[in-house]
Amino acid sequence: MIAPEHEADIAAAIVTAAATGGHWRLAGGGTQSGIEGGAGALSLAAHRGIVFYAPKELVIRARAGTPLAEIEAALAAEGQHLIAEPPDRRALLGTSGEPTLGGAVATNLSGPRRIHGGAMRDHVLGLRFVTGAGMVFRAGGRVLKNVTGLDLCKLLTGSRGRLGAITEVTLKVLPGPERVGTVAVAGLDAAAAVRAMAAGLRSPFAVSAACHIAPGADHKRGLTALRIEDFAASVAYRCERLRALLAEHGTAAIFADHDSRAFWRQVRDGVPLAGLGPAVWRVALRPSSAAAAAARIEAAGGQWMMDGGGAVLLVAGPAAVAATRAEGETWVTLRGEAIAVSERKEMARVRAVLDPGGVFVAA
Amino acid sequence: MRQPQPKPDVLDRRAAIVAGLRAILPADAVIAEPLELKPYETDGLSAYRQPPLAVVLPRSTAEVAAVLRLLSREGVRMVPRGAGTSLSGGALPMADAVVVGLARMNRILEIDETDRFAVVEAGVTNLAITEAVKARGFFYAPDPSSQLACMIGGNVAMNSGGAHCLRYGVTANNVLGLRGVTVEGEVVTLGGKYPDAEPTDWLGLVIGSEGQLLVVTEVTVRILPLAEGARAMLAGFRANEIAGACVDAIIASGIIPVALEFMDRPAIHACEAFAHAGYPLDAEAMLIIEVEGSAAEQDALLARIRAIAERFDPISMRVSQTAEESAAIWKGRKGAFGAIGRISPDYLCMDGTIPTSRLAEVLGRIRQMSAEYGLEVANIFHAGDGNLHPLIMFDANDPQSQGRAEAFGADILRLCVEVGGCLTGEHGVGIEKRDLMGEQFAPEELALQRRIKGAFDPAWLLNPAKVFPLVEA
Repeated sequence: MIAPEHEADIAAAIVTAAATGGHWRLAGGGTQSGIEGGAGALSLAAHRGIVFYAPKELVIRARAGTPLAEIEAALAAEGQHLIAEPPDRRALLGTSGEPTLGGAVATNLSGPRRIHGGAMRDHVLGLRFVTGAGMVFRAGGRVLKNVTGLDLCKLLTGSRGRLGAITEVTLKVLPGPERVGTVAVAGLDAAAAVRAMAAGLRSPFAVSAACHIAPGADHKRGLTALRIEDFAASVAYRCERLRALLAEHGTAAIFADHDSRAFWRQVRDGVPLAGLGPAVWRVALRPSSAAAAAARIEAAGGQWMMDGGGAVLLVAGPAAVAATRAEGETWVTLRGEAIAVSERKEMARVRAVLDPGGVFVAA
Repeated sequence: MRQPQPKPDVLDRRAAIVAGLRAILPADAVIAEPLELKPYETDGLSAYRQPPLAVVLPRSTAEVAAVLRLLSREGVRMVPRGAGTSLSGGALPMADAVVVGLARMNRILEIDETDRFAVVEAGVTNLAITEAVKARGFFYAPDPSSQLACMIGGNVAMNSGGAHCLRYGVTANNVLGLRGVTVEGEVVTLGGKYPDAEPTDWLGLVIGSEGQLLVVTEVTVRILPLAEGARAMLAGFRANEIAGACVDAIIASGIIPVALEFMDRPAIHACEAFAHAGYPLDAEAMLIIEVEGSAAEQDALLARIRAIAERFDPISMRVSQTAEESAAIWKGRKGAFGAIGRISPDYLCMDGTIPTSRLAEVLGRIRQMSAEYGLEVANIFHAGDGNLHPLIMFDANDPQSQGRAEAFGADILRLCVEVGGCLTGEHGVGIEKRDLMGEQFAPEELALQRRIKGAFDPAWLLNPAKVFPLVEA
């Protein structure tokens, strides 16, 4: 493994590989792949540091290897936060290392706020990246609205190190909430939980997250929770309105700020499923099919929790669980054997542009 | 504006190409009479006009696919068109191109309240989506000023924004899936009916690609629950700098209003004459600030914002008391283009974005340029996100005046790039800003983007001559 500190050295390593028919497996902090380096890894973790932060403009720029914790601390000092709420997957996946900005962008992470605020792809304003030919390019910029030319930021975000080595990221950020409140109902089954979450998510109360933790995973009776983030008076008012709205689904408790923040951090990181692997997946799907999918997963010996009001299932269990996947579900392996997906024909053509020599190989 | 030479062989085969289109489409879906082509010769950037070879108005994805297969085989250029409201000339035809008009694909196909999405055809207007879901308590968030006319297919092509995108995002943040047709006539689906349906973000690449990668025929949008209510307030200030500082202070306080609009003195006067919304005519700059929530929440937020604004010595502040008053406030802002049209025979609407910290400096330099060029300019600005709309007033009957207006506009956009911004925040590059792309991108960066377009459209038949400076053949 090599971990160059400077972009020019990252580019040089790629140029060398391209010239000699070599390959690199791009790596960040290793918290998602479970491989922090290893043979053939080009780690971006040493290329780090916040380049600038303009809180009034809601913009931060940092190098790819910057730990997310460092960015979150800098933002918190100004009362701001990362909108996509990227998870720290170390507990869920049993990995070590340090989650990095580059890793979060390359895998397009998102947390419970996905349904309300979007994923990393929704807030990447600009990128620097090195192609498989070793050329350094800029995409996007530093302003909040920009439709100038093709949006290569979105193509690179989530490309999992297969189209380019992202070296620097400019992100939109927002003020963090003054208060966080949670309205939680215990004892619902999966279908009832989806109904309760849908009722909250279609209410006018700006629910920023909705999860359901199944009885098997951590909570004995199952717990369905909805989150409000805003100024204190609004959180108090909306939690009460939500509690009333959910009365027909069950008796709701309200968690105060401190407990809410701790609870949603656990949900974000998938902690209720920690250690229940060997394999772990993130499944995106329609909320209305989440209960049926959960039943199939359970029947195959898997455990699950719902996020995004049922638009996301986090699944842990034996590798065979993936065989239960159905049409209309998007399974991404977080730990275990990758699921083969057929790619669009444009992918080969785009790869021929960005990585003509096939330098970048899958992590 | 220089355009590529029409392909002589295509012009020669015009009759055969039209006959081919008539063979695969109903009779009323192919337009080839010169007089009937006239309405399609321009779009919202009416300074440029060019009748196309022909226009087709397909009613289904299958018809679009058949058309694209034929045109691709014949080597004919194609220009997709929605409502033709593009302010950057995104739908400007070419003499040897067939316009693929999506206006007849105007059905709402599916609304799902549980999974909170709507599937609509490309020719459905932006506002019609909100109208269709409003009674169920939902809305579609991006709201360009032209939302009454502009179509969702065009919104996808341009990644349109609007006044409320500081809070709710632009088109790319509000689309879950697309159905479209490749240049070869293959029907493809991108994304789905839930977020992150595809690990590779093809959706994000296609949205904002200005009709150069695919012809989009169906769009799955996410619909959001309507807030309990919304209310707007106005605040007038003695100087642009002071209004800008007030915007910074509001955001620094942790408040992200659903809209935060800035108008300078000429814009205030033009819009007030049009809308009679009670805009402060003695102010140099004015903010429209909108908040959402219950009545009590609105009161609390507006009280916070008023307290902040008080620190900036406002000339006037007025909180709307009724829905009618809020509507009047917005009527002035959303009718800004029409309002300028009343006081000037013609205008150019620019669309750069700047880092908000450079606002006062940029407005100062625009004022200076206005004096140098001898042309009036009114500035309207999505203040929270730095998206600036200078409206340059000129007289198209005076060719000199038009040339000066275009040069002035180009100087403004160069200035936007110079201070760290970009050429276009929400209108797209189109034909208008094509030749300025070199100001923002290095030649190799443009070459890379061209090659990505080429990955979808190897023969450059889909809306060519837009976005990228022409390359010498």
